[in-house]
Amino acid sequence: MADLNVKLWRGDENGGELVDYNIEAQDGEVVLDVVHRIQATQAPDLAVRWNCKAGKCGSCSAEINGKPSLMCMTRTSVFEPGETITITPMKTFPIIRDLVTDVSFNFKMLKRVPALKPKPREADGTYRMYQEDIERGQEFRKCIECFLCQNVCHVIRDHEENKTNYAGPRLFIRYADLEMHPLDTNDRLSLLQDKMGLGMCNITKCCTEVCPEHIHITDNAIIPLKERVVGDRYDPLVWLGKKIFRKSKAKTTVTE
Amino acid sequence: MSDELNEIHSHDVVIIGAGGAGLRAAIEARSLGASVAVVCKSLFGKAHTVMAEGGMAAAMGNVWKEDNWRVHFRDTMRGGKMLNNYRMAELHAKEAPDRVYELEEWGALFDRTKDGLILQRDFGGHKYARLAHVGDRTGLELIRTLQQKATSMDIDVYMECKIVKLLKDSSGAVTGALGFWRNTGEFVLFKGKSFILASGGIGKSWKFTSNSWESTGDGHALAVRAGADLIDMEFVQFHPTGMVWPLSVRGLLVTEGVRGDGGVLRNSENKRFMFNYIPEMFAKETADTEEEGDRWYEDKSNNRRPPELLPRDEVARSINSEVKAGRGSPHGGVFLDIASRRSPEYIKRRLPSMYHQFKELADVDITATPMEVGPTCHYAMGGVRVDADTAASTIDGLFAAGEVAGGMHGSNRLGGNSLSDLVVFGKRAGEYAAKRALGMTKDVEVDQAEVRDAINEALAPFNRSQGDNPYKIQQEIQDTMQSLVGIIRNQQELEQAQVEIDKLKQRVNQAGASVSTRRFNSAWHTALDLISMITVSESVAKAALLRKESRGGHTREDFPKADPEFGKINHVVRIVNNEMTVTPEPLPQMTDELAEIFKDDVK
Ligand SMILES: Cc1cc2nc3c(=O)[nH]c(=O)nc-3n(C[C@H](O)[C@H](O)[C@H](O)COP(=O)(O)OP(=O)(O)OC[C@H]3O[C@@H](n4cnc5c(N)ncnc54)[C@H](O)[C@@H]3O)c2cc1C
Ligand code: SF4
Ligand code: SF4
Ligand code: FES
Repeated sequence: MADLNVKLWRGDENGGELVDYNIEAQDGEVVLDVVHRIQATQAPDLAVRWNCKAGKCGSCSAEINGKPSLMCMTRTSVFEPGETITITPMKTFPIIRDLVTDVSFNFKMLKRVPALKPKPREADGTYRMYQEDIERGQEFRKCIECFLCQNVCHVIRDHEENKTNYAGPRLFIRYADLEMHPLDTNDRLSLLQDKMGLGMCNITKCCTEVCPEHIHITDNAIIPLKERVVGDRYDPLVWLGKKIFRKSKAKTTVTE
Repeated sequence: MSDELNEIHSHDVVIIGAGGAGLRAAIEARSLGASVAVVCKSLFGKAHTVMAEGGMAAAMGNVWKEDNWRVHFRDTMRGGKMLNNYRMAELHAKEAPDRVYELEEWGALFDRTKDGLILQRDFGGHKYARLAHVGDRTGLELIRTLQQKATSMDIDVYMECKIVKLLKDSSGAVTGALGFWRNTGEFVLFKGKSFILASGGIGKSWKFTSNSWESTGDGHALAVRAGADLIDMEFVQFHPTGMVWPLSVRGLLVTEGVRGDGGVLRNSENKRFMFNYIPEMFAKETADTEEEGDRWYEDKSNNRRPPELLPRDEVARSINSEVKAGRGSPHGGVFLDIASRRSPEYIKRRLPSMYHQFKELADVDITATPMEVGPTCHYAMGGVRVDADTAASTIDGLFAAGEVAGGMHGSNRLGGNSLSDLVVFGKRAGEYAAKRALGMTKDVEVDQAEVRDAINEALAPFNRSQGDNPYKIQQEIQDTMQSLVGIIRNQQELEQAQVEIDKLKQRVNQAGASVSTRRFNSAWHTALDLISMITVSESVAKAALLRKESRGGHTREDFPKADPEFGKINHVVRIVNNEMTVTPEPLPQMTDELAEIFKDDVK
């Protein structure tokens, strides 16, 4: 097989450059395999984060030919013969070294999410939830925290200063998960609007486009949350019957 | 102390590992009032547990009322070929349902029955449909739920920090753990009153494995090097169904859920060969015709389960034999077929990750064509020897839970019994570690000379910047274990393995890393992983050589039968005067009351 031409970004927070590597192509490989082979044979100290190599842990996020992707789920066969594969770290997060970025922003934001407050169990000691009540929540809980959606969201990608008051799409999913959770009794809508910057999202849907889990981030999470905030603030009737309203609302905005 | 050390943290309980076991332990210890540190090698929420697919076993009886802890206990012991620590198996079977309900209360959204209860699915070796699950991504749900709970509880998480050494005080109790930050290469010392190992498995020492890079057996190695006992190290589970093609994903898991949901195994002659491999121990409860096996999915009361759902060791060995006999698939596996048996909609709904995995990595549509699968290294039954009730290891101040602990699964683990094991014994470890810590009045001391030595040892690869390539040594360890200490073993190969491992030990001490940087220097990280990998490999090979019988995850072609004498012993691995030794010790004997549960069984 022909050789692959690969450009890897090498450097740290003080700067860096794209470095060329040339490596023999192998059948059935993904980009992460190629990076590993370069590491094992040409660049032993190359920094790259990964865990499962199965698209399940969300560790290996990077930008491949400019497209935010998981390295372990991008097959090399998708590139034209002779095409150079350029791999750069996620842009929105500070560089640690090479392809590894500091994603601690996301964990800080996750820590600020008010926890689930479950309602009491039924008289027989169980919780009754029906499959149709949890399907939306299950969609949100597929999130592997790859933070690719955070990476593409222009509100923080191009505006470092927004990071203090903007949670970002992964976090909106988490809020939606809790807000639509059949057992939850907590309230987070004011926080979302006032401190987490829900209003700053202008529904460009870039986040949805890159999600490797194909979660409908904007249609199923962000838009319903925005509607709830509006309902919460201006409609006293809705406010009174909030929990009931929420459930039916969740169903009417389904897009599969 | 060494001028290399500028950071020290003190906690009541220090937990090494943030998979299911570590997180459950952290929640418990914190809720009892202990200050808790969780240290993990990768980012929070990425631990290997995230990959678990099929489900967690608990006799809740939501689908089959007949199910109860006794049946689960019996299935577990029989799956482990009666070598399990009976008390662990008992506690596990009794407590698993509560641990699942608790997850539900913390936000886990398990798939539901029509009545709105937690749905349970069939898995190999379990008499009743028993696995609580979320499609085929149960591990993600488990880890996320525990992570979110822990995040809300004021637990200190130290991520991307690798522990390289456990340190003891003059009385022999563990009081410190030395680690380094992967991002900076700086050292950090964790002082604590109790330590819990929850570091997962060892699968990375084999070439074809379902395990992630973290499974280098660090915890096993840390424990045995600190003077703790390991047991049952010869028992390594090869999961029958890993992907075999493309080569780059060889070993990647195909969940047992495929078979639980109706998938069957066929050879190149299109025969369901498992009917030829039903062992006597399971003959009474296994279908002997395809028709009966097929009826079982709909009517479990009047039919017996298909042989595709025998325990994993049986299925893995059978696949191995078919391939050896020349009836394998083009890439050296066999066919796993669900396409001809279930509708595309059903397959996509029940097995979305599998559908994706094959589509994206192998260009195979599993709703239309069979998958090619073969055995892959999957799970370590062996591990740190613990007290069943308290999860305490054999040295003071050290506890262990999850895959790093031994005993619970005997010689072979049933699918779904790991996730439940993590939460049952994670909770217990957290509880007893916290109690020990909260009951201690004196401050802990750490031997400074030991710290210095540990730092020097960890930095050694930098002194050998012209040393051997650590990635190459890693590959050699994997090749050696795969070919000489794999699924089928024999005397000659195991002896050969000892020789190779001795040579590799020397090589590990020559692994080098370029001094270019200490920050996220993967060559350095790998060089340090090698120390754990070779320690674990040695223990597996040594114990395997001594066990002259076949049982569960240890198959000897020169001793193809189980030997009742070996059924009475565990192999205990220790390091004595820098030498690794293996000693047979008697298996704990179960109470008469529990023994009663097995009285109708074929021996
Ligand atoms: C693909 C796959 C599917 C599976 N499916 C199922 C299933 O359906 N049902 C089931 O019951 N079981 C399943 N298993 C088995 C089960 O997932 C594992 O046994 C279990 O998750 C192990 O959990 P743990 O908490 O013990 O450790 P892990 O989840 O492996 O976590 C180990 C932790 O320890 C940390 N660590 C390790 N070494 C160090 C160190 N030196 N310093 C600091 N931190 C360290 C790691 O960073 C990590 O956080 C599956 C396994 C695989 C591979
Ligand atoms: S839709 Fe909103 S959250 Fe998503 S990328 Fe656009 S602005 Fe960001
Ligand atoms: S929502 Fe999708 S893109 Fe965003 S972190 Fe989760 S899995 Fe990744
Ligand atoms: S390595 Fe886990 S998602 Fe790529």
